[in-house]
Amino acid sequence: MSPDLMKTIFGRLTLEALPLHEPIVVITFLAVAAGGIALLAVLTYYKCWSYLWNEWFTSVDHKRIGVMYMILGFIMLLRGFSDAIMMRLQQAMAFGSNQGYLPADHYDQIFTAHGVIMIFFVAMPFVTGLMNFAVPLQIGARDVSFPYLNNFSFWMTAAGAAIVMMSLFVGEFARTGWLAMAPLSGIDASPDVGVDYYIWALQVAGVGTLLSGINLIATIVKMRAPGMTIMKMPVFTWTALCTNILIVAAFPVLTVVLALLGLDRYFGTHFFTNSMGGNPMMYVNMIWIWGHPEVYILILPAFGIFSEVTSTFCDKRLFGYTSMVYATVVITILSYLVWLHHFFTMGSGASVNSFFGITTMIISIPTGAKIFNWLFTMYHGKIRFELPMMWTIAFMLTFTVGGMTGVMLAVPPADFVLHNSLFLVAHFHNVIIGGVVFGMFAGITYWFPKAFGFKLDPFWGKIGFWFWVSGYWFAFTPLYVLGLMGVTRRLRHFDDPSLQIWFLIAAFGAVLIALGILAQLIQFYVSIRDRNTDRLRDTTGDPWGGRTLEWATSSPPPAYNFAFTPVIHDLDAWYDMKARGHVRPIDGFRAILMPRNTPTGMILAGLSFAFAVAMIWHVWWLVGASLVGVVAVAIRHSFNYDREFHIPADVVTATEGDRTRRLAALEA
Amino acid sequence: MAHTATLTDAPSFYLTDEHDHEAGGSTMLGFWIYLMSDCLIFAMLFACYGVFGTAYAGGPKPAEIFELPLVAVNTSMLLLSSITYGFAMLAMAENRKAGTLAWLAITGLFGLAFVGVELHEFSTLIAEGATPQRSAFLSAFFTLVGTHGLHVSLGIVWLATLMVQVAKRGLGAANKRRLMCLSLFWHFLDVIWIGVFTFVYLLGVIR
Amino acid sequence: MSADHSHGHDAPAHGTRRSYLTGFALSVVLTAIPFWLVMSGAIGNNQVTALVIMGFAFVQVIVHMIFFLHLDTRSEGGWNMLALIFTLVLVAIVLIGSLWVMYHMNLNMMPAMGSHDVSVM
Repeated sequence: MSPDLMKTIFGRLTLEALPLHEPIVVITFLAVAAGGIALLAVLTYYKCWSYLWNEWFTSVDHKRIGVMYMILGFIMLLRGFSDAIMMRLQQAMAFGSNQGYLPADHYDQIFTAHGVIMIFFVAMPFVTGLMNFAVPLQIGARDVSFPYLNNFSFWMTAAGAAIVMMSLFVGEFARTGWLAMAPLSGIDASPDVGVDYYIWALQVAGVGTLLSGINLIATIVKMRAPGMTIMKMPVFTWTALCTNILIVAAFPVLTVVLALLGLDRYFGTHFFTNSMGGNPMMYVNMIWIWGHPEVYILILPAFGIFSEVTSTFCDKRLFGYTSMVYATVVITILSYLVWLHHFFTMGSGASVNSFFGITTMIISIPTGAKIFNWLFTMYHGKIRFELPMMWTIAFMLTFTVGGMTGVMLAVPPADFVLHNSLFLVAHFHNVIIGGVVFGMFAGITYWFPKAFGFKLDPFWGKIGFWFWVSGYWFAFTPLYVLGLMGVTRRLRHFDDPSLQIWFLIAAFGAVLIALGILAQLIQFYVSIRDRNTDRLRDTTGDPWGGRTLEWATSSPPPAYNFAFTPVIHDLDAWYDMKARGHVRPIDGFRAILMPRNTPTGMILAGLSFAFAVAMIWHVWWLVGASLVGVVAVAIRHSFNYDREFHIPADVVTATEGDRTRRLAALEA
Repeated sequence: MAHTATLTDAPSFYLTDEHDHEAGGSTMLGFWIYLMSDCLIFAMLFACYGVFGTAYAGGPKPAEIFELPLVAVNTSMLLLSSITYGFAMLAMAENRKAGTLAWLAITGLFGLAFVGVELHEFSTLIAEGATPQRSAFLSAFFTLVGTHGLHVSLGIVWLATLMVQVAKRGLGAANKRRLMCLSLFWHFLDVIWIGVFTFVYLLGVIR
Repeated sequence: MSADHSHGHDAPAHGTRRSYLTGFALSVVLTAIPFWLVMSGAIGNNQVTALVIMGFAFVQVIVHMIFFLHLDTRSEGGWNMLALIFTLVLVAIVLIGSLWVMYHMNLNMMPAMGSHDVSVM
């Protein structure tokens, strides 16, 4: 075949794109391929495909979609953590004449991929998944406002993850750090496909996230059960509302800045170049206008989870509900006024730096108020040290330190010393792991029985807990020390041997975390194996003595969530219902209107994936074809007006009757 | 009837007499929120234009390349399309399918005129050497105005699709909702254009 | 009882023929005058002209909001207005913030560009 024809068909994709010269990648690929084929074989052998297709992939049920997000996040956690272990290993050994085992080219991709994956494909899916699962249940609704859009959002996120994973085996990933600063990410300094993979993975996933934000705002505003006024919503729903407002307000900024970077790379425009009027500092400015609200998008749902967990496991109404709400709203607004603290050192001068330094310090205050509220809730409460509560206490002790180092960094003169040092790396891992990750683990443990009908095994969960918490402290405290001594981030080799001991301790910490993850995998296995035993089975639907509406349903809830929409009278609606002797209706059930399944989300996401890959590899015919395909499928989908069906009344009656019998058996 | 609370003064905890939710109860709010996100996209493009607007790199300046009479024509095409869409909505409210379709068609034509003039403007500029690659100012100009034009173009595709759907299925609740969303979209684009012709073209010329 | 259920009771607002025509007429005027001011240079002073046409733009946006977008404090129970105000606040922050920040960045970090014409705002 002539080279011109090859270029037309395959763009700039050639056999050289396969990293056959990198043994680590080759082995990884073989392992992933083997595992993947084995999985496909098992699924085919047990004839699971139609089940998966009908019950999961095409489902518009927020509960199913929520679970799929969590699975995606967990798989990507394994990848992102592998990157972390590789970095720790490299940094622990690469001193003096020892160059370590990772060449610069590879190392730079690893720390970039680690950041991108952890933020966009672990934390965001976890947060989105939990909000998707819990919010409609908490507000007494049957689904989100736009179920089809919800399915589409999930598949777009999954497509983004697939694009990142593809970069591991075909071509390379960006070497720019997780925010791909210009001009390093421009076409001159990074002519290869790496930054293009980055741009398109985030643009595709970003569409999903933005639409999910719109969806959940509309859901919370429009679909609350009667009687649930704004100030009677559960706190997690409040934090979900504010989080999704942040998503809708921040992600467009990311879309624009990545699009402009893309224009620079593909069309030679001069937004962020170093010549013809371009200004890379504008990239930094814009990316952090997105970037700061993003971290609040990650932490606010975690705060919401901690509120629910604290009040549940202390058997006490949350202290200071109103102040919690106000604190959340204030954080939402203030998060738009602090972004420059990420680049104090770029040179905006004293007046600008002082303004943003002050706003950054102010934003820590509402979070402090929240911590006091949680402590006051615990005070004189009947504290039960179940796993979610343990994660919450670990959060309070860990995150607070991270918050304090954040206030240190908020002081511009201090930041001039600490910017881009390991102190910064320690700070943000402190708040992300101590806050977001611990929050996700608490939330997963808390809502797992609701989703699957059995609890997670507490023994292995506690083992995982202690490994994670101790692992975090061992891994990142040395980085605070190193940062204060002046060590820069993202280095793969050091000359000063006196630093090595700290890196060794950090590596030890990473090993502890690895054991923690292993314990959690064992926990999943044991929990599934023992799911029908008395100690794990959730028969009532309310295994923890919950206070919010999701605990009023069976575990797992029926597809329609509530046979009759609940009527709300007070905060902590389920607690109120239990306290005032509600009687669960046992007959009079009606047919329930529900949305149909759809394959359109998957198809559009698949076409978007094709578009992205085509853009990355300059396969122009595929760019055109996939774009046309997206428009055509979307238009064709719009001609489908038949999107709902009724669950017949006798099916509802049978389902509810089942639950009535089970509850009665427990009383006996 | 369902058996709810047995105590005489106990509150009711369940809606036992529910009827199906009408579909699309969240649509207008959801679409409005999407428009707010679109507003932020344009805000960032305006910010870029503000930052890069004087970065001529020794190349063409606004006064040298903007032809205000052409912009005035453009602006009137878009404004007229707004009023004709309004007439389409009035016809829709009165359930007059033919009238709705007619006014939609005219709106589409005005929209096409707008896009056509803009494409002509762009191709002239590029032929003169005022390309998006010439300077940051031109990159920002083409991107801001081009993104608006792209939105209008997608709006025309949507409009055409809706015309087919209204022709086929009439003015049911679903189609009315869709027409109302497109209405919001269309007028929103005119609002953005007010910003564009003021801050880019008019202010550019008197800079 | 359906206290909070919005069972279509807040049908979206729509205009009347008169309101559309009023909006259109106002918009034409509010567009024509700025174009005329700039093309004729009637106000001798560029700064003043700039401020005047920005004022006209601001007013025309409000005209569009009222007469074409039918925005009021009642639509969607006030949520539309709240969303708009929140968005406008953010727009102001990112616009003003970016211009302020980048002005200082350029001043301190790009001496070669000099303090070029910063009549932007």
